[in-house]
Amino acid sequence: MLPGLKFVAVLGVVVGAMGSIPAQAETIRVNIDKLVFAPANISAKVGDTIQWVNEDVLAHTATVKGDWDVMIPPKKIVSFVLKKAGDVEYYCRFHPNMKGRIAVAPK
Amino acid sequence: MFARLSTAVAVICLLGTPSFAQGAKPTDPQIAHIAYTAGVIDVTAAKQAIKKSKNKAVVSFAKDMVRDHEAVNKQALALVKKLKVTPEDNDTSRTLTKQAAAKQAELAKLKGAAYDKAYAANEVAYHKAVIGALETQLIPASSNAELKGLLETGVKIFQGHLEHAEHVAAELK
Repeated sequence: MLPGLKFVAVLGVVVGAMGSIPAQAETIRVNIDKLVFAPANISAKVGDTIQWVNEDVLAHTATVKGDWDVMIPPKKIVSFVLKKAGDVEYYCRFHPNMKGRIAVAPK
Repeated sequence: MFARLSTAVAVICLLGTPSFAQGAKPTDPQIAHIAYTAGVIDVTAAKQAIKKSKNKAVVSFAKDMVRDHEAVNKQALALVKKLKVTPEDNDTSRTLTKQAAAKQAELAKLKGAAYDKAYAANEVAYHKAVIGALETQLIPASSNAELKGLLETGVKIFQGHLEHAEHVAAELK
């Protein structure tokens, strides 16, 4: 076997192994300013992290009724990993007029 | 102007609902005082609820009110200091405080579920009244852009609290 060919073969194995690793998880940032989630609508996939950046002096939550509930203290950044696929609507328990939506695709 | 304001206040007092005087155009120092007073009133009512109520949803709502209004009023004080505006006491602030004290005395006489319902109902009415006053009087009358901005955020906070209060009131039925 030519040395060059051997290298390609090894590379093939490595790339093949990498192919079986799921796509890299992403971090999606959602800003909270003056009681607004921005962007309000996001698309993500299972395993991605949502990072809420709370610019307000008020505590907020990102809550999905009957499912998850994330506390977001004032002037803090809070992360949450999406575990389930599906479209979810979330809101703030303290200020239910604050709403957001995440379309979570499977891995 | 002040005669008209007093008449409006008198009418509102007779109606017995928390409300704001119509017809007077307050100045920025007066607006700052009114907005701050509106927050203090809700904190006082919430502290009474925390002491009196045994209902989990009511107590947790009341704690949210204390936390939010104290945070906003702290921000409001920082803003007036920066703008070198001294909040100025006025008839609307005085009437609001008087009405709130009367309401608190009335609520103090109630117990248990009757208190919870009355507190939640008053929170709904109070937040509606404040939103109305902010939108129709205080925001249009304010001349400083930063003060106006804080009042506009105030509307969103009060709207959030109103929805929250409505949920609590509905749960108590």
